[in-house]
Amino acid sequence: MLTLLCPCCGVQADETELAPGGEAHLKRYGPGSTDDDFEGYLFMRENPRGVHFERWRHANGCGKWFLAARDTVTLEVYGTYSAQTTEPPEHIKEAITAKHPGWSWREFA
Amino acid sequence: MSEPVSPLMNARYEGLVTIEEIGPMGMITLRGDLAATDLRRAATAPTGVEMPQMREASTADGKGILWMSPDEVLVLCAYADVPGTVQSMTDALVGTHALVANVSDARAVFRLTGANVREVLAKLSPADLSPEGLPLGEVKRTRMAQVPAAFWLESEEEATVICFRSVADYVMGLLKTAAHPASAVGFF
Repeated sequence: MLTLLCPCCGVQADETELAPGGEAHLKRYGPGSTDDDFEGYLFMRENPRGVHFERWRHANGCGKWFLAARDTVTLEVYGTYSAQTTEPPEHIKEAITAKHPGWSWREFA
Repeated sequence: MSEPVSPLMNARYEGLVTIEEIGPMGMITLRGDLAATDLRRAATAPTGVEMPQMREASTADGKGILWMSPDEVLVLCAYADVPGTVQSMTDALVGTHALVANVSDARAVFRLTGANVREVLAKLSPADLSPEGLPLGEVKRTRMAQVPAAFWLESEEEATVICFRSVADYVMGLLKTAAHPASAVGFF
């Protein structure tokens, strides 16, 4: 069972109370961008075996979006944090490094 | 004006706990910056209770304020007082970025009384219903089987459940099943 701590209301929410929102930290490319950038924004997603960053919404709860760092193999959760961030905070990166030295995900490591 | 009618006509069931559909109850959604002084005043003036902290239910004498999310509270009052309360809250919030909405007729309210309220709710929700997971006076927004619901415990033997009116019959069915006299677990 996957449970995530909602950073907005402090509830340890069960997976069934949450709505998945896909990959985190996507940079939006809209009108005026190149075709390659736009294609990457729309379609290109990470599908890692291991460390992954995701968006979740506390749907049956406070209704807020947040971000989570977790391991897709072990289901270990490294931490959850505010959706109003453009990259994972230091304490999340450190928690991952402690388990997976040398990890990388897109441009983060 | 026609008389307000609660969705299940105040249905009642006695099992492990006594389930009563109470209501109609006055419910007003208030959204905005919960730290703002005029918003706090708008919520506390008509209810006479303290502004709740995160996840708290601040209730007294049938009135109250429930913390719903970082920018939302639910103000509880008597059904008949809703139009006046909405007006006074709206007046108090002129010039403030906030929302006041009467949601009384969109919801159904149940009262559960008896020694097994934690157990009955725990059968239906993934939320932690232990005394540590849900202390008295804390609101839990979660789901009951397949529908969203919110509940809080006034005491170890009394809980209030709020759900959408459209699923009132479904929730009553759930509660009746979970409170069947032969289904005691005795976990809590």
